[in-house]
Amino acid sequence: MAQHQNHGGHHSHGSMKEYVIGFILSIVLTIIPLVLVMNPILSKTATVISILVMAVLQFVIQLVFFMHIREGEKPRYNVQTLILGLVIVFTIVAGSLWIMLFNKY
Amino acid sequence: MWENIKDFASTFFVTGDPLIYGADVSIVLTIIAILFVLTKYKKWGWLWREWLTTVDHKRIGIMYLIASLLMLFRGGVDALLMRVQLAFPNVEFLHSDHYNAIFTTHGTIMILFMAMPMMFALFNMVVPLQLGARDVAYPFLNALSFWLFMLGAMLFNLSFVIGGSPDAGWLSYPPLSQNEFSPGPGQNFYIWGIQISGIGSLATGINFIVTILKMRAPGMKLSKMPLFSWSVLSSCIMIIFAFPILTVTLALLFLDRFAGAHFFTMDGGGNPMMYLNLIWMWGHPEVYIVVVPAFGIFSEIVATFSRKKIFGYKSMVWAMMIIAVVSFFTWAHHFFTMGTSASVIAFFAISTMIVGIPTGVKVFNWLFTMYRGRISFKQPMLWTIAFIPCFVIGGATGVMLAVAPADYQYHNSYFLVAHFHQVLIGGVVFGYLAGIYYWWPKLFGFKLDEKLGKWGFWFWNIGFYVCFMPQYALGFMGMTRRYYTYGWDRGWADLNLVSTVGAFMMGIGFIFQVWQIAYSIKHGERDTTGDPWNGRTLEWSIPSPAPFYNFAVVPQVKELDDWWETKEAKANGTYKEQPAKLEPIHMPKNSGIPFIMSNFWFLVGFGFTFGWVWMAVIGFIGVFACMWARSFQYDTDYYVPVEEVRRTEASLGRVV
Repeated sequence: MAQHQNHGGHHSHGSMKEYVIGFILSIVLTIIPLVLVMNPILSKTATVISILVMAVLQFVIQLVFFMHIREGEKPRYNVQTLILGLVIVFTIVAGSLWIMLFNKY
Repeated sequence: MWENIKDFASTFFVTGDPLIYGADVSIVLTIIAILFVLTKYKKWGWLWREWLTTVDHKRIGIMYLIASLLMLFRGGVDALLMRVQLAFPNVEFLHSDHYNAIFTTHGTIMILFMAMPMMFALFNMVVPLQLGARDVAYPFLNALSFWLFMLGAMLFNLSFVIGGSPDAGWLSYPPLSQNEFSPGPGQNFYIWGIQISGIGSLATGINFIVTILKMRAPGMKLSKMPLFSWSVLSSCIMIIFAFPILTVTLALLFLDRFAGAHFFTMDGGGNPMMYLNLIWMWGHPEVYIVVVPAFGIFSEIVATFSRKKIFGYKSMVWAMMIIAVVSFFTWAHHFFTMGTSASVIAFFAISTMIVGIPTGVKVFNWLFTMYRGRISFKQPMLWTIAFIPCFVIGGATGVMLAVAPADYQYHNSYFLVAHFHQVLIGGVVFGYLAGIYYWWPKLFGFKLDEKLGKWGFWFWNIGFYVCFMPQYALGFMGMTRRYYTYGWDRGWADLNLVSTVGAFMMGIGFIFQVWQIAYSIKHGERDTTGDPWNGRTLEWSIPSPAPFYNFAVVPQVKELDDWWETKEAKANGTYKEQPAKLEPIHMPKNSGIPFIMSNFWFLVGFGFTFGWVWMAVIGFIGVFACMWARSFQYDTDYYVPVEEVRRTEASLGRVV
């Protein structure tokens, strides 16, 4: 396709090193919560908070190392979609808590 | 040994119901007939080269269309079976378990395996042509999406003759869908059928967003893009945010069932209501995912058949984009009766009413477009005009349901059933049918017969009101959904009978449409101009059926409704003919990997459905092998030489 010729295969989509670092970091961030849950060394609140922190870090790592959030010709698109994505993620998490916690007590 | 086989077969195959045996026989006969015809006329190679491995968006669109019409038939038969059961009090046509399975498969098939693929059929058939592109952004992924959908749908439909159908409602709420209450493979079929086709839907969403943002013809700014493409963009944005929620929710349900987790169980810290909360975060955007493209279709049709520019183009775009966002903030209205705080209910009641506003804006825009237009009542326009009152009533009853205190009365009654059928049939089905009639000549090169189409149209329309208006009343009379039978003393008999008559009228309408297609293949009016409706957008500037590369020369866009403006300029004599320069056309090569990989996904799904992990493992190995093979395939494209383009264009009556 004519439109394709202009930007075929010249972009760098990250180096091997970046992917390996991202992969290792995301595995580590998966193992830590697993260990915390399997061997309860922290209090319940501390465990929940640390899982949440790991989740947020995982999110950032996925965006930076695999989704290449920093690259691209028009970062404006990236920022727009990222904001919409964050709004929706916030809605899912906060909305669920807001709706469901009422029935907990 | 023999005993073992007999034992296995009696649980593996669904037995004991004459309706199922009848279906078994017809399935086997159909398969034998297909195999026979393919072998006799030596069509296996043709099937593989031209269809199973194709990455051409138009052919993928046609396959989606065929699949969705088959699913419309299956879902429609389910509906008629239910209406027969409910036609009179105390009918013993279906027993309760069978009835449960049928309303479950009816709902799931109509939304996920009929509406979604019909929508993707229209995306594929139209969007690249409307944008002036040669294909979608990722043709290989597009083929993969189709085959994942197809194999997922087949897996789901298999449950009908093997293993037993899911019967916990179309959204499969726990605790009913958990192992203790639904032990068999039925729910697993549901989970894996939807998961596999869901991957395809997500990929299609990404594919079309990229196509729309990156592949528009030079000069087509977003502000000059046709409204159908805008509606696809809106719908795809919702797809990429909503479908992951569905995937995760069903994966958690599967973990509950397969690995004994406690996400949605009654005990062990699980919470079944969380499932409702999550599934409706997908479920509510889902109804906008399917209806917004219908709005886009109506916008194209109203402008074309009123011979006028669409009224309020910008407000149309804004309305669709606002719907794409606001639709994510209304989900809790599906379970007001669960009981939660007053502020939650107030928030979701108001957001539900707000999401109706942009839709209202669109209805007025369509009416103003028609105002003082020269309307011609061709089939696409008929369906559009029928849609407006139908959808307005459906929307109004929707706002009634949004009034939370009143919802406690309407909830899960036939009032609700009538409401969502009104918006889904009156909005989605009418819209897609209008779109199919409208774009049919572009794909197939002939129009669908007007006379038979009008018979179909009137049967559908009158049948619709006869079927669903009584259901509003039945809802008020206390009939709740999913009753499989009722007594004379309830006083529901007459209205139910009327409703059943209406359902059969819609069935007759569908038969007329099938007849219409069969008739038109031979006798339909051929489209020799490529522009049978005096259209406005780029797809009408090329011959019908569109050549495989779509545009011999990539068009230069200057205006909204560019093709209309070009025709006007030609008529006024102000059109400057630009010397067309043919260049070799860069096209993607066909690939068998999407088809093979989807079959491995089918193995994964089938294995997990019956708890045969070995089979799922084989499936996963196959899936990864396909990904591996594709990763190292470098020879994926080719150039169509200028000579071939010239020859193809000449054979279609165009001189370039």
